[in-house]
Amino acid sequence: MGSDVAVASGGFLASPTVQTALILGGFVAAVTGIVGVFTVVRGQSFAGHALADLGSVGGAGAFLVSINQVWGFVGAGIIAALLMELIGVQRLKGRDVTTGVVLSLGMGVTALFLYWDTTIGSSSNAAVSVLFGSLFVVNPAVIGPVIGLSIASLVLIVAAYRWLLMSSLDTDLATARGVPVRLTGIMFLIALALAVELSSLTIGAILSTALLIGPAATALLLTRRFGLAALLSAAIAVATTWVGVWVSYESYNWGGPTNWPVSFCIVALIFLTYLAVRIGAHIHSRRLKPATEASAAPAVAKDAGRHVAEVMG
Amino acid sequence: MTHSTQEWNDVPGAVLSARDIRVTLSGKLILDGVDLDVAPGEFVGLIGANGAGKTTLLRSLLGVLKPTSGTVERPRRDARTGGVGYLPQKVALDVDAPLRARDVVALGLDGGRPGIPLHRRATRKRVDETLDAVNALSFAEQRIGEMSGGQQQRVLLAHALISDPALLLLDEPLANLDPASAYDIVTLLDRLRRTHRVAIVITAHDMNLLLPVMDRIVYLAGGRAVTGSPEAVVRSDVLTRLYGRPIRVIRAEGRVMVIADDAGIPDEVHHELPAEVAGASGSSGLSGSSGGGL
Repeated sequence: MGSDVAVASGGFLASPTVQTALILGGFVAAVTGIVGVFTVVRGQSFAGHALADLGSVGGAGAFLVSINQVWGFVGAGIIAALLMELIGVQRLKGRDVTTGVVLSLGMGVTALFLYWDTTIGSSSNAAVSVLFGSLFVVNPAVIGPVIGLSIASLVLIVAAYRWLLMSSLDTDLATARGVPVRLTGIMFLIALALAVELSSLTIGAILSTALLIGPAATALLLTRRFGLAALLSAAIAVATTWVGVWVSYESYNWGGPTNWPVSFCIVALIFLTYLAVRIGAHIHSRRLKPATEASAAPAVAKDAGRHVAEVMG
Repeated sequence: MTHSTQEWNDVPGAVLSARDIRVTLSGKLILDGVDLDVAPGEFVGLIGANGAGKTTLLRSLLGVLKPTSGTVERPRRDARTGGVGYLPQKVALDVDAPLRARDVVALGLDGGRPGIPLHRRATRKRVDETLDAVNALSFAEQRIGEMSGGQQQRVLLAHALISDPALLLLDEPLANLDPASAYDIVTLLDRLRRTHRVAIVITAHDMNLLLPVMDRIVYLAGGRAVTGSPEAVVRSDVLTRLYGRPIRVIRAEGRVMVIADDAGIPDEVHHELPAEVAGASGSSGLSGSSGGGL
């Protein structure tokens, strides 16, 4: 995919291609990182993946009708989110089978559209672009809409922050506290759809789950605090995206038989960061273990003998 | 169903007033005309076999389940009172979910509001105090998803208590608790209803710990509720009929024990504790140390 990339001379930051990639990638990564932490808490990682697959129908369809991919992705993603709410995917928590069947259909239609893109249309790059992203070939004209949609996703998340936490704890508890549980679910699915579809644009429909879950999973290893986890996740997502763009850009100068595609660099960095933190956390916990066990030991044991109760039924 | 959320003060004296509650769930009649009034500070036990509709009744009283017919008048949440505090049986959260015990408790204060919470020092102190009251301060920093069932229950109870509710609806709060922790929770609830006049409706399969504190027992069977004093309900014949299997009530040394008696046929259920059991405990040398004052 690298052949059509215009690598400007004059250094990394002077290249307009790189500038667009850094701005777009940065905004999308920050939002996706934050949404990712909520996705993990709500146990909706699979729904996130399904939204990416269903959004790719729009991404692939966009080539057929000659509109920008971003509108295809986002349009299909929002429709998919609303349909999922209508079917009740959230209330069927654990009904992974339903989600799985629907997302397979999405990938099937995507395959059809991508085939038509190359046969009827003339977009030979469509498949790579939809499935694996196009951060270096994206049209700078979409910077505005992408930033706007990123902010929209973030606004939804911030507005529903406590409601999201309450309803993931227990829906009855949330309802009793006056949380509009259904509205909260819709707000979150739309925020999730926006984040996932924008990541599909930058690193591709197949890889967008990596950006959604990877930085969030890494952040959750580092802190127990919710707000901090969201910020850390955003920071990790942005850092891996930017370093990935840099590595990919530099790889043109390495003179090997090939350069390294930007989506691969970003996803590899996300994985390596997760692995490093995971190993670090493991070593850390092994070192700490004797101390924590000792402090956790004195449990409540008073009165134990006085009130022994037989359990009935 | 706007009439099901009226303010409670049009029923003088009662903090909760349910009238003729009927609930049909997927074609099955679960509750068939249940009436219930609860006074401030009253401790009401809700019992019944599995599937009798205890959780359904609690959810109707809470207002998250709209009854097919009937009315519920419950305390409203306002500046003075936290309304109804509710404890679900358990929560299912991912182990990795970064929600600490103290976050869950703080949500009990302001979880219904939109936006990001910024807690002042006074709020954090109140969270700590509430966690301390349920003996959960030692794991305040732990994630709720990685806690044991008993720890979770104490944190959820703190979540229900922190808003100063006028009524507590507790669904199996003693399940998963070891006897000592269960005793501590019952003692705490008993203190709250005395000092703060909190009305408590509690379901529990294990009645033994609740028997000393319950004012009233409501038992559900066949979709209907029957109310009685603990003395009238906690009898071998009544419970055996209610649960449809042999249940034995033993009174000894001022205590009452309820046991599911798989071995025994209810020949002797109407009898008081047979003498040989009391004699057996005496001969083992235990009676001298514990039974004296009773």
